[in-house]
Formats: sequence, structure tokens, C-alpha cells
Amino acid sequence: MIPEIGQFALILALLLSIVQGVLPLAGAARGNPVWMGVARPASRGQFLFVALAFGCLAYSFVTNDFSVLNVANNSNSGLPVPYRFAATWGSHEGSMLLWVFMLTGWSAAVSIASRSLPEEMVARVLGVMGLIGTGFLLFMLLTSNPFDRLFPAAQDGRDMNPLLQDPGMVIHPPMLYMGYVGFSVAFSFAIAALLGGKLDSTWARWSRPWTTLAWCFLTIGIMLGSWWAYYELGWGGWWFWDPVENASFMPWIVGTALIHSLAVTERRGAFKSWTVLLAITAFSLSLLGTFLVRSGVLTSVHAFATDPKRGVFILIFLAIVTGGSLVLFAVRAPKVGLGGKFEIVSRESLLLGNNVLLAAACGSVLLGTLYPLFLDALQLGKISVGPPYFDSVFAPLMAPAIFLMGVGPLARWKEARIPDLAMRLRWAAVIAVVSAILVPLIAGEWTLMKSFGYLLAFWVFAASLTSIRERLLVGTQLEWSRLGQLPRGYWGMIAAHVGIGVFIIGVTTVKSYEVERDVRMDIGDTVAVGGYDLKFEGTEEVAGPNYSAARGTVVVSRNGKAVRTLHPEKRFYPVQQSTMTEAAIDSGLFGDLYVSLGEPVGDRAWSVRVYSKPFITWIWGGCVLMALGGFLALTDRRYRASLAQRSALPAHAASPS
Amino acid sequence: MKRMIASVLFSWAVATGVAGANDQKELDAVGKARAVALAAELRCLVCQNQTIADSHAELAVDLRRQIHVQIAGGKSDAEIVDFMVTRYGDFVLYRPPFKATTAFLWLGPALFVLVGVIVLLRFLRTRRTRAQSDVPLTEAQRKMAAELLAGATPRESQ
Repeated sequence: MIPEIGQFALILALLLSIVQGVLPLAGAARGNPVWMGVARPASRGQFLFVALAFGCLAYSFVTNDFSVLNVANNSNSGLPVPYRFAATWGSHEGSMLLWVFMLTGWSAAVSIASRSLPEEMVARVLGVMGLIGTGFLLFMLLTSNPFDRLFPAAQDGRDMNPLLQDPGMVIHPPMLYMGYVGFSVAFSFAIAALLGGKLDSTWARWSRPWTTLAWCFLTIGIMLGSWWAYYELGWGGWWFWDPVENASFMPWIVGTALIHSLAVTERRGAFKSWTVLLAITAFSLSLLGTFLVRSGVLTSVHAFATDPKRGVFILIFLAIVTGGSLVLFAVRAPKVGLGGKFEIVSRESLLLGNNVLLAAACGSVLLGTLYPLFLDALQLGKISVGPPYFDSVFAPLMAPAIFLMGVGPLARWKEARIPDLAMRLRWAAVIAVVSAILVPLIAGEWTLMKSFGYLLAFWVFAASLTSIRERLLVGTQLEWSRLGQLPRGYWGMIAAHVGIGVFIIGVTTVKSYEVERDVRMDIGDTVAVGGYDLKFEGTEEVAGPNYSAARGTVVVSRNGKAVRTLHPEKRFYPVQQSTMTEAAIDSGLFGDLYVSLGEPVGDRAWSVRVYSKPFITWIWGGCVLMALGGFLALTDRRYRASLAQRSALPAHAASPS
Repeated sequence: MKRMIASVLFSWAVATGVAGANDQKELDAVGKARAVALAAELRCLVCQNQTIADSHAELAVDLRRQIHVQIAGGKSDAEIVDFMVTRYGDFVLYRPPFKATTAFLWLGPALFVLVGVIVLLRFLRTRRTRAQSDVPLTEAQRKMAAELLAGATPRESQ
């Protein structure tokens, strides 16, 4: 019964999405306020029905309804309840439902928070979101119905992949999808503006907070994924340039460019066409990511060819969305005004330069991700494009971008002078260079690569400090009271930029100073890593809720004093007959000790991997700072003030200050 | 000499825990670093998408041992990579070799930047001449001007 209600709710949501996609757009084109008025209730209704469907699927999972094929394939009665709930999005069908759930959630949020927008704009934005919803709901109902029944019902389910049985599964996909799908709002605003022929700074002003919000979620989502891979996979890596990771990283890079471009469009009215193009690209890459991950092309081009239904649907959808938008862009963009004038060296041009680098970086990741697929499809041979490739093309592209990141915030709008910038940033440069030389020397052996990483990080810190200092300067006097008066948008930017610096410190330090030991340990054996001695005290059998495990005990001591006991595990999940490595990590601000069990060797001995990973938490700390920066910018006075104004003023009079 | 070799072998067996490692010599620090670097560039062919350095699969362990033996045998990195490629094809390399079919892969990123920068510079040049200086002020600018005239601090941008 419950699954049928869910299925029925999905069908109703589809019908509503068609209404939402057609009537408001037609109404906006013909100036029919009644048709336009449909947008808001339709989007909220669609959200309610999709939420209902999502609830039904979650209910089926939590109550172990193995008469539902999806549940039977991806869950098990032995699975702990939080994971049964997370299994709702653990399968292909379920993750598509999560996708649509997020989409309708964003769309309902737009319908609520858009009171000050002109009716036409709201109608167009929600109309476009309705059309996207139609595509995905059709996809689900035609090719990936999460509510398909299984008759006769299975005795028990085939279980969730043990790799996914982790708290990360509960939180990472929703966050990631919030970000991924959130770019649909920026996309819809861009399309709406193109349709209405009104690409002005007001449009940029409206879509900016939505874009920032989506970007924050995506940042958090990617960070959680990286952290999860780090502790779950058992070999201590944090980023693998896997196509699935790249699929989420590409929209992030373009989203980052978009945030900066939107700032210029809003402030100075410039780069309008470019901003629109970025908004289209960011969302298209989200769709492409969905296609890559969901169609099966990644595992094998041939697997895709034998069961192409899903892949072809998404591919056609992608072609319609991207192609249609680009055609619309080509028609409308030439009529867009140029906006304010600026010189070749100015904050505008620096931001645009940064955008070019980010776009090239995204293009390179895309190239590396798709290249093996194309070669294989054209039968030109099978190649692998992995971390060595991405590291060697990505870093050189990011280095100049990070240099510009330090300069940009200090440059004036309209016109900046290089000698003046050089004067103002000279101390920052000195600090960066001195730190870059000293830090590796103090830490041990000096190499150019290490030094370069620290140079970039300290450059970001020092340039950010310079920027803050200039804001506090009145004449030659530092006015500390001004600290509290600086807008939150400004602090948001500083936090995000410093986050990049923190991230670089983490990456550079881990790459340069991590120590790995792969040793055979018998009971009582010790291994020394990163100033600690680790003593293996054997393993014992323990039973988990749905697995059995060999649980190792490793005593960590420093200078002969025991400081911590770690318990790495090797788990066996009987339902899927698979073994998982559960690493034990002693995490700290200045580094992690990471222990994972390999295989048993002989009676009591194990092969054990031990890593010392200095500063690795800074990698994720940096990401958290970036996201915090975004959230901080969202609470800026101008947004709060405009919220207050909205209730007092009619729509078109809301001041875009 | 024999005793030395024996002790080296013993310490290697203890250090690596690889069963049947008797035929292996301990590597010096440089050799170890080379082994680690090589393992990080090669793909474990039976895994989803892992380097042989990361993988626990039997094949990966076997290939790591192979690298070890070859380094100990005095082979250069290039020779070891060649050995792997003859055995498994280019697919084993995470850093694809530069050849006709991969030329665009390797030159693409530089090309993107080059084209981007050229377009950017041309855009900035032509834009400067095209943009009229008498663009009417936006609402924001007008407000800023009013604030300036009133003697208030203009709200700074980010």
C-alpha cells in the first residue's frame, strides 16, 4: 500500500511539474497574471508530493518491506536503522528520488523567498525549475522506478554495500545533492533573465545568494566525501581524482567562478553574458555528473552500450537542457549591454582573469575524465588517466589563480595600478617568501616543491591580513573599532580565502612529510612512526550488529608513555560476503596517526599499515572555512536589510544597495 | 658477507611481512622511495580505480613485489614501466604516455589557458574602446554617491 501511495505521489508530482513548467512560462510570455500565478502553488504542491514519495520509500526501507524490489536489492533486516534510512538513497533509483526531492525543495524555497521579485521573474524561474523536474520525474517513472514491486517478496534483502555502511552515507549524499541541485536555481535565474531579456544587476543580485548557498552545500558535501574516503577506504588517501569525484568537483570549480563573476555583475553591471554562461555551465556539469555516475559509462563503455536506456535518456535530457540554453544564450546575449567601464588592470579584470584560470582548470578535469571514455568508444585503445595526470595539470593552473586571489581584494574597481598594488602588497610578498623558505628548513629537508606550496599558502594569509589592515587604516592610524563595522560579506570572503590557504598547508604538509610503514606485526611488536611508538597487542573477535570483526589493539606511546589506544578493525559482512577495513585514527590538529589492518599473516600476526599524516585535518578544515565564509556572506547586512525592506516596499522599489 | 645478506633478508621479511619474501633484498632509502613512487603511478587492474600502492588485492601485492625485485635487480624506472606496459598495456599507467592519441589530453590544458588568455586580453582591449563612459549610474552607484555626498563611509564591496 505505502509503495503505491509513493508511486502515485510521484505521478501527481510529474503532472504538477508539467503544469509548473508550461503555464507560468506561457503566462510570462503573454502577460497573463493568472497563469503566472500558478507557479508558486504548483512548485509547493510538487514539493509536497515528492516529499511524500520520499517518505514512502524511506518507510519501506525502515520497515524492511522486501516486496519492494529496490528495498530487497539494497537493504537487509540486519542493517541498523540509520543505515536502512540512508539506504533510501543508496541505490540508483533512490538517489534519483533524492535528486528530485532536493530540486523541488529548492524550488519551493524560491517560491517562498521570492516575494519581492517581479511576478514575471518568479514565473519564469519556477517554470524552468518545473521543466527540469519534469525531466527527472519522467526519467524515474520510465526507467528507474524506486517503487517497483517484487513478487513473491524476498525473504530478506541483499543488503547495502558494506562500504556504504557508515555515518558518512547518512550525511554526505544529501549535502552533495543540495549543492549539485542547488545550481539549478542559478541556472533557472539565468534562463529566466535571458527569456525576459532583462540581464541587469538586479538579476545578479537575486541569484547571488542562491548561488552562494548552493556552493556552500557543495563544498561541505565534497569535503565530507573526501573525509569519508579517508577513514573508510583504509589506505589513507583523501582525493583520488576518481571520475565520480571529478563529477562533483567540476560544478564546484565553475560554481566558484560563478560566485565571483556574479559579484562583478552585481557591483558593476559587467560580465553579464559570461555570468549567464557560467550559470548554464555549472548546472550542465551537474547534469553531466549525474549522467556519468548513473549511466554506467564509467565502469565500462560497453556496459553502457548493452543497457543504454537510462544513459540515453539522461544524455538526451542533457542535450536538450544544455543545447537549448546555449541556443537561447546565442540569440539573446549579443543584445546584452556592456555595463560599467573598466581598465585593463582593475578588480574586474583580475576577477575575470581568475575566472579564465578556473574555467581552464575545469576544462582540464573534464578532459581527463572523459578522454579515456572517448578513446575507448572510438576503439583507439584503453588508457587510464589518474592522479599523476591531474596533479601535474591542475596545480600549475591553480598556482596563478591563487596568486591573483591575493591581489584581487586589494585592487580598485574600474582602474588599478600595478606599481601601487606592488607597493601595498610588498610586505605580504616578503612574509610569504620568508615563510616559504623557513618552514621546510625547520621541518627538515628543503625542496622547491614543498617551498612553493607554502609560498602560496602564506601569500594568501599575508595578503588577506594586508587587506584587513587597509580597511582599518584611517590616515596612518589603525582604527581597531572599525573591525566590527566591516560587512559580513567581506569577512565571508576573507574566511573563504584563508580557507584555501589552510587547505594548501594541509595538502603540502601531508604530501611532503607523511610517513607510511607497511609492516608485519606479531603480538608485542612495535613500530615507530612520526615520533610515536605503536605496539601491537593482538586481535580479538567481536560481533557487530550485522558483521563480525577482528578488532586489533594498538597502544600508542610517546617517549615510553602510553598516550592512546587504537582499535583498527577488519570486518566481515556475511550477507554480501565482503571484508571491510576499518581504520583507527588518532586525529589531531597537527596530524593524524592512521592504523589499518591488512591481512592476517600466520597465527597471531597481521600485516599492518601505519601512517603518520601531519596536518591532514587542515585539508578539511580549510573546506569548512570556505563554506563558513559562504554562510557568513549570506548573513550580510544587505540581505537582511533587503528582507526587512521587502515587507515594507513594493517589489520593483526594493533597493539593490 | 653471507651473514650480512642473511640478516638483511631477515630484517626485510620482518619489515614487510610478505610471505615468501626470501628472494628479496632490502632496498636502500632511494630504492624504497622509487618503489613507492612507481607503485603510486600504476593501476591495479582488478580493482575499481586504485593504484597498486593503495590496493590490498593480490595482484597489487604481487606487482609491488615485482617492482621491488626489479629495483633491487638494478633496473631503471623506465625499464620497470616498460615491463609493466608490455605485460598489461597502457591501461596500467595512471600517467598516460604522450603519443598521437593522447596529444590532446596532454596539450589540452595549456591550450585552454592560452586561448582563454588571448580571448581575455582581446576582450579587455575592445571592451575599453566600446564601453561608453556615459553609462547611466545604477541604483547602487547612485546610492553610494548619495552616501558619499552625505559624508558617510561608502559601504565597501567585497
